Amino acid sequence: CTLTTYIQTYLSHQETKESKCDLHRLEEGPPEKAELTRDQGLQYYRTMQTIRRMELKADQLYKQKIIRGFCHLYDGQEACAAGIEAGINPTDHLITAYRAHGYTYTRGVSVKEILAELTGRKGGVAKGKGGSMHMYAPCFYGGNGIVGAQVPLGAGIALACQYQGNNQLCVSLYGDGAANQGQLFEAYNMAALWKLPCIFICENNKYGMGTSVERAAASTDYYKRGDYIPGLRVDGMDVLCVREATKFAADHCRSGKGPIVMELQTYRYHGHSMSDPGVSYRTREEIQEVRSKSDPISMLKERMLSHNMASVEEFKEMDVEIRKEVEEAAQFATSDPEPPLDDLCNHIFYNNPPLEVRGTHPWAKLKSLS
Amino acid sequence: MGLIETELTESDPVWSAMDEELERDERVFLMVEEVAQYDGALQVSRGLWKKYGDKRISTLPFLRAGLRPICEFMTFNFSMQAIDQVINSAAKTYYMSAGLQPVPIVFRGPNGASAGVAAQHSQCFAAWYAHCPGLKVVSPWNSEDAKGLLKSAIREDNPVVFLENELMYGVPFEMSEESQSKDFTIPIGKAKVERPGDHVTVVSHSRLVGHCLDAAAVLAKEGIECEVINLRTIRPMDVESIEASVMKTNHLVTVEGGWPQFGVGAEICARIMEGPAFNYLDAPVTRVTGVDIPMPYAKILEDHSVPQIKDIIFSIKKTLNV
Repeated sequence: CTLTTYIQTYLSHQETKESKCDLHRLEEGPPEKAELTRDQGLQYYRTMQTIRRMELKADQLYKQKIIRGFCHLYDGQEACAAGIEAGINPTDHLITAYRAHGYTYTRGVSVKEILAELTGRKGGVAKGKGGSMHMYAPCFYGGNGIVGAQVPLGAGIALACQYQGNNQLCVSLYGDGAANQGQLFEAYNMAALWKLPCIFICENNKYGMGTSVERAAASTDYYKRGDYIPGLRVDGMDVLCVREATKFAADHCRSGKGPIVMELQTYRYHGHSMSDPGVSYRTREEIQEVRSKSDPISMLKERMLSHNMASVEEFKEMDVEIRKEVEEAAQFATSDPEPPLDDLCNHIFYNNPPLEVRGTHPWAKLKSLS
Repeated sequence: MGLIETELTESDPVWSAMDEELERDERVFLMVEEVAQYDGALQVSRGLWKKYGDKRISTLPFLRAGLRPICEFMTFNFSMQAIDQVINSAAKTYYMSAGLQPVPIVFRGPNGASAGVAAQHSQCFAAWYAHCPGLKVVSPWNSEDAKGLLKSAIREDNPVVFLENELMYGVPFEMSEESQSKDFTIPIGKAKVERPGDHVTVVSHSRLVGHCLDAAAVLAKEGIECEVINLRTIRPMDVESIEASVMKTNHLVTVEGGWPQFGVGAEICARIMEGPAFNYLDAPVTRVTGVDIPMPYAKILEDHSVPQIKDIIFSIKKTLNV
């Protein structure tokens, strides 16, 4: 099959497919029409499906107690990570909170290194020392455990971009729970004052742990919360919407207009973390409804099939490949050895001569290398 | 006095302490992250919202004059986001107002290392808060400690930082009949000798008290008798109890989960040196502490970042020169 160009209507709200995306302090928003090529479609499908299968594998490994501690899964929200990555450059920067496995993947870390980090092995992207919430890559600053703390950091990264004049920007992600944090408003203020190239993105999955947005926020129009900062709200379950909105936001920042706020309306199938069944504060019917009507991966697949951009067999083949990739990654993650003990005290300081670290008692003198 | 064979875990006495104090005093109310429908992130506050309703149990943070709030942090790691208020508003106000405005508030929640929660969620804040005049800092070990100390903390007219331990929430302990009473309180500022001994004083707080008792049991078989002291309160610290013990045993080992520098053990060393017990020491004080690094995630590294029972045994023997 040769490259097929397809023009399609830009969809935003789930309720009325014809409506535009919501704008705040913007004369116009992203284009109403978006172009999806076959290659792009297949790539987005592959990315989202890989994240989906990776997260489900993590669920399995957690239940087998091979992954410990915290594990916040991203299944349901794949279109956000995939769409954002499609709208920015690899040299742009991105920072998010603890529901980070999807972004770790889109920012270039392999499934193998992600799963091995979750299982705490030396082949993990942080050598087993970080765990689920602390994975990093070039131009990807984690993975942050404390709610909201990553947003001022994101504004700071945007400041560095401006300072260095490199035409890069920073995408600073947070959830609907973090949206009520004071430090976000401080970051908004400084970003607006100094016109920092920062895209503040709220992934609104309707629940901050077990608290629904109605019970948490005086205003649930998260795209307006930047007040003097322009904002837009789009359907976060549609990868094309996310991509177009991100491109629009990126252009806004790169043209020197300052920061912009974006709200992605999305949904998580799992509970807040693996220790939350996720059904004491929402109904199984609600979860099932989203799965059947708005699943990001199914939606893309249906769209491509109904316009003959790919065949059922091709999707099946990709699914098989992805399953194999994830299975092999899990194999590695469960067989790779744990980090060696002499790595315990390393990486305290950068560019520092070796230092001595006190162990659990005064006779335990351990060594730390940069 | 009979011991009722009732085993309760730390989170049950915490719950019953709050329940009893909510019933006893209308001014007491609870502010919690994820209480009510999520049933308290670690379920410590479960059912309290159902019993007392929105007015007394709230996820809304606000200051109401004349009331006695209990403020729950999901873990003390998150308290750093509010720490300015704990120190500058809670701890210092009574002093700054020259006695006009007391602050009867309790900050409670799990503190210290858990299991596999990595660097940002594993810190011990005992030394951070105990450094500050105007705060009382309490660290219970077992169920009786938790219940009695929390009731005292709620009745206390000054700000109290109440450091629980997540790994202890599920551990069952026997509770005496006395401790089941609604008026059972344990005084803040008094340590307890959990196990008497003549050869070495071992001082600890929170979960590691259990480790010390386990170490003592092993050493007893070798003829070494440890006196294990459960601090119960970090500030004000019951130095007199430690001194009395050291004057008997001549040896001191401190055991804590937190980092070594400027920590609980460091403070104990300084205070012993400044008092009468110094002249009774036959060896320098030994501190057993967490390793001086951020907490790693991988299990093998995490296990080697916190004091193990074998580290306590080793340290005691080195201190005794055996």
